[in-house]
Amino acid sequence: MGKATIIPFGPQHPVLPEPLHLDLVVQDEKVIEAVPQIGFIHRGLEKLTETRDYNQFIYIAERICGICAVGHSLGYAETVEGLMGLEVPKRASYLRVILHEMSRIHSHMLWMGLAADAFGFESLFMHCWRLRERVLDLFEAMTGGRVILSAVRVGGMVRDQDAATLAHVQEVLEGIKDEYHEICRAFLNDSSVRSRLVGVGVIEHDDAVNLGMVGPFARASNVVNDVRCKGAGAYAELSDFTPITSNDCDCYARVEVRAKEILQSIDIIEEMIARIPEGPVFEKPKGSPADGAMACGALEQPRGECYYYAQGNGTKYLERMRMRTPTSMNLAGMAAALKGCDLADVNMIVLTIDPCISCTER
Amino acid sequence: MGSFKLGKMTLKSLFTKPSTVLYPFEEKPQPAGIKGHIENDITACTLCGTCSRVCPAGALIVDRKAGTWSIDHFRCVQCKSCVLNCPVPCLTMAPGYQKPAREISRETLQKPAPSPEELAAKEAAKKAKIEAAMKAKAAREAAK
Repeated sequence: MGKATIIPFGPQHPVLPEPLHLDLVVQDEKVIEAVPQIGFIHRGLEKLTETRDYNQFIYIAERICGICAVGHSLGYAETVEGLMGLEVPKRASYLRVILHEMSRIHSHMLWMGLAADAFGFESLFMHCWRLRERVLDLFEAMTGGRVILSAVRVGGMVRDQDAATLAHVQEVLEGIKDEYHEICRAFLNDSSVRSRLVGVGVIEHDDAVNLGMVGPFARASNVVNDVRCKGAGAYAELSDFTPITSNDCDCYARVEVRAKEILQSIDIIEEMIARIPEGPVFEKPKGSPADGAMACGALEQPRGECYYYAQGNGTKYLERMRMRTPTSMNLAGMAAALKGCDLADVNMIVLTIDPCISCTER
Repeated sequence: MGSFKLGKMTLKSLFTKPSTVLYPFEEKPQPAGIKGHIENDITACTLCGTCSRVCPAGALIVDRKAGTWSIDHFRCVQCKSCVLNCPVPCLTMAPGYQKPAREISRETLQKPAPSPEELAAKEAAKKAKIEAAMKAKAAREAAK
């Protein structure tokens, strides 16, 4: 047995996509303990509720994270609408779901590209990002922005989408689907990918539940935890929704869950487009949140459940705004998955939780 | 199972055009409604200041006394809230992103001073309004 050594890993490291620091206690190339540390990019965004009114804060909420921009603006808007007892027009809630699911597709495709890059499959990485670019083009056509969309506002949506745009979205997604099947085949059936991922970073179902894991990371350990099942907003109108889970509990299962979720999101968008009702997309909020009023909301972000809390004080400024992000729930699971793994697998395991440190620190 | 599962796609991409463009020599067409930058039709602007109040980034300054409207393009986050809240509306989001610059500066627009004809028309409208009010008052008193 060799001597245990501590290897500092991150926050700036070529294989890490996010500023996360890990103290890896290594013995004979095996990680015996991993101690995560965050706090490098705290920006104090929640504190800004004191200086920005509830309408202005949505633009800050969506800048918490570039990849989850739609999700954060949607989660914030729904919470403030709950605070003010505001009902959003039905067409707006359909459009919100369409944009949110599109952001899930682009987030998962980005992640799959990074995962392919992490295990050294460069061409797969490029094809994933090439397809993702088409989703960003759709965002640009629908909202005028590619990453930060500023499409959602308290009370509804900024812009309505005409039938031609929605038909174009459907057409592009169908085109993506065909090529995506080929990419999926490489991810799920290629022997080189499987040999790199199967049996790596295993978290059993019971451990996943005890560690409070959320999102695709938990669903890959067969934890049926998806906020979309609760049917908030237009999700309630879906004819059928079953979360995608896997029993394998390893890195391969996490890739599989995310790969299948993209196809599921395309199906949801197609159903929403087929059933979208006519009508207005914005209902102007009147007044301010009442003094002492509290509201909370949960949303299934691409990385998992994100929880929002807001409190009013009778003025147009919120008393408190707080969110609990999926990565903060998954860090404990990541530390557990790293225990006992090979040093060479660390980047792969860190990546499979899809960490978003800018969300977590805000 | 097996390897080279991406072979077909990789081979196909050998014979297709590159997915990227050679920026800045070639640019992708910008769709209608793209959030490029803010433009203000200063002749129509009433300098009411709504845009500067709703701006989350504090990029806009409206000075009614000096008759100026100014924007700091480096602070602007292209959220479009000023355009959505403009009561006139004289603000628009035009396509085309701002070019990089060496210095941080504000773009200031000066509201043009009204021409003698416009001033005369304004004065005449004001006079007509006062006369109408006087007439209405006289009619009310006569009725009493």
